[in-house]
Amino acid sequence: MTARTMPARPGEDDTGQRPLPWRRMAGVTWRQHRIALAGVAVLLGALAVWLWMAGTPLHHAYAAANACRPASSPACQDLLNTFNGSATNHFMGDKGPGGVLLQLLPALIGAFAGAPVLARELETGTFRYAWTQGFGRWRWALAKLVLLAVVLAAATAAFGVLVSWFYQPYSGAGNQVPGLYQNSPFGDLFSLREVTFPAWTLAAFTIGALTGMAIRRVVPAIVATLAAYAGLAFATAGFLREQYLTPLVTASLNLPGASNAWVLSQWSTKDGRFAFAGNPPDSLLNQLCSSAPGSKDGPPGDVFAQCLAPHGYTQWISYQPASRFWPFQWIEGGWLLGLSALLIAATVWLVRRRAA
Amino acid sequence: MNVLEASGLGKRYGRTWALRQCTLEIPAGRVAALVGPNGAGKTTLLNLAVGLSVPSAGAVTVLGGRRAGSPAALDGIAFVAQDTPLYKNLSVADMIYVTRNLNRRFDRPYAKARLDELGIPLRRRAGKLSGGQQAQLALTLALARRPRLLVLDEPVAMLDPVARHDFMATVLAAASADGVSVLLSSHVLTELERVAGYLILLARGQVRLAGEVAGLLSAHGKPSLEELAMAYLRESPPAVAR
Repeated sequence: MTARTMPARPGEDDTGQRPLPWRRMAGVTWRQHRIALAGVAVLLGALAVWLWMAGTPLHHAYAAANACRPASSPACQDLLNTFNGSATNHFMGDKGPGGVLLQLLPALIGAFAGAPVLARELETGTFRYAWTQGFGRWRWALAKLVLLAVVLAAATAAFGVLVSWFYQPYSGAGNQVPGLYQNSPFGDLFSLREVTFPAWTLAAFTIGALTGMAIRRVVPAIVATLAAYAGLAFATAGFLREQYLTPLVTASLNLPGASNAWVLSQWSTKDGRFAFAGNPPDSLLNQLCSSAPGSKDGPPGDVFAQCLAPHGYTQWISYQPASRFWPFQWIEGGWLLGLSALLIAATVWLVRRRAA
Repeated sequence: MNVLEASGLGKRYGRTWALRQCTLEIPAGRVAALVGPNGAGKTTLLNLAVGLSVPSAGAVTVLGGRRAGSPAALDGIAFVAQDTPLYKNLSVADMIYVTRNLNRRFDRPYAKARLDELGIPLRRRAGKLSGGQQAQLALTLALARRPRLLVLDEPVAMLDPVARHDFMATVLAAASADGVSVLLSSHVLTELERVAGYLILLARGQVRLAGEVAGLLSAHGKPSLEELAMAYLRESPPAVAR
């Protein structure tokens, strides 16, 4: 032990001491969480291969149908039908089971990587080791959470790029041929793109870290994280997302970019007054459209144009155009990132003040 | 210098005071034993000293006036908690790596030599070591930090007699050769007989007795620490009037 002189006043010899450098936590975090990180890498890697294999034929079918000339020829119509059929019924499609399964990814990654970070330390008692080392407990918690968050965000962003690639044929952006299947980019896969996927994963991870710190048990913390995440995801998809920007309203029956806009609601007015919401009621159709046989069963737009419009009805549609996809991505990514930062701050605050 | 100073220190969990009105000065350069029955408040006092918990009343400073839990205090104190918590899925080498990176000072040659001496393989997972080996690993990691104060909470409670002896021998060697101050809690009095130079007797959350062992023994006319403690714990007033 080196001889040291006692400070004249307590603490005086410590004032010049700088805290330990943050970079020291990189190797520490890696050693402690490499199994969880490897698990995430294997899961995302396997899904990426699968997505690649599922997406390649879809891209080929789309390219073939899109390049076929003349578009109206039977051969081209065959190609078009082939693409439309496989896109509509695709396992990974917007409404397919694969798309729904992918929705679980951010929640699962976040909960299983995030909840144990602090809960396991508290459950096994190792926090008494970690929090009494020279690094200091709040710096230890902050470094660990930020490092893991950055790594998870990078991995899920890369996966989000692949999801976007998979989704390209659905977007209709490069369509040269009318009649190709198109889907709204605001569909179920909206939260799995290159901005939103990492953002949702971060949210799940930080919810997990905070609940782990608050509940102090791994399994209950994982369950609580999944529940909180589900609530947030459903509230966002059901209510919040459509209000990021004020919806556009149109009375045109030919909605600009109709097949991939996100239609929020539809209602009709008669002589400037509200008449009905949604599709026309049967009683009204029976009354006004009986003179036009067969039109009742046609597409709603045709029905409207043929028999309701002449009687003074106007149909209104409020919608989010597909061109707002990127603003919506950044808005959702932005508030989720802010939420994640807040949750990390709250977790570190709890670590700092929570007594053993 | 005092390695620990407490004045009016108290800790309350809910409505129960785990520690009350604790005023203490533990001098440096000793092995100080914190003795008392289960639930006397030993762990509470140690947690306050290492900054794991914050006082409900009073104050505690360490290493000559540093606030418990402050960066300077964390630098100079190594703590081995009850049941010697280690990351069970990390290898011994990883535990060395983690401890070295979380601290300003770490004597890696000492740690490796010591583990080699103990026959603890670096590649084995900490969770696969025997109880005695885990305790020795935790102690080695703590001592390799070259602390000025080593705090041990019930270090030998879970160990068999041989492991107990080896563990205490390591502690004593560090205390005598390197001048490390030691504060350890135990309810196994016989183990302390050989090692403790300073005694703090806790019961029902209050300090009953504190002082140099030699002085206390002669003042109370008892031949051994065990008899002194037993007599004092029996004589001490039962529940304190509140």
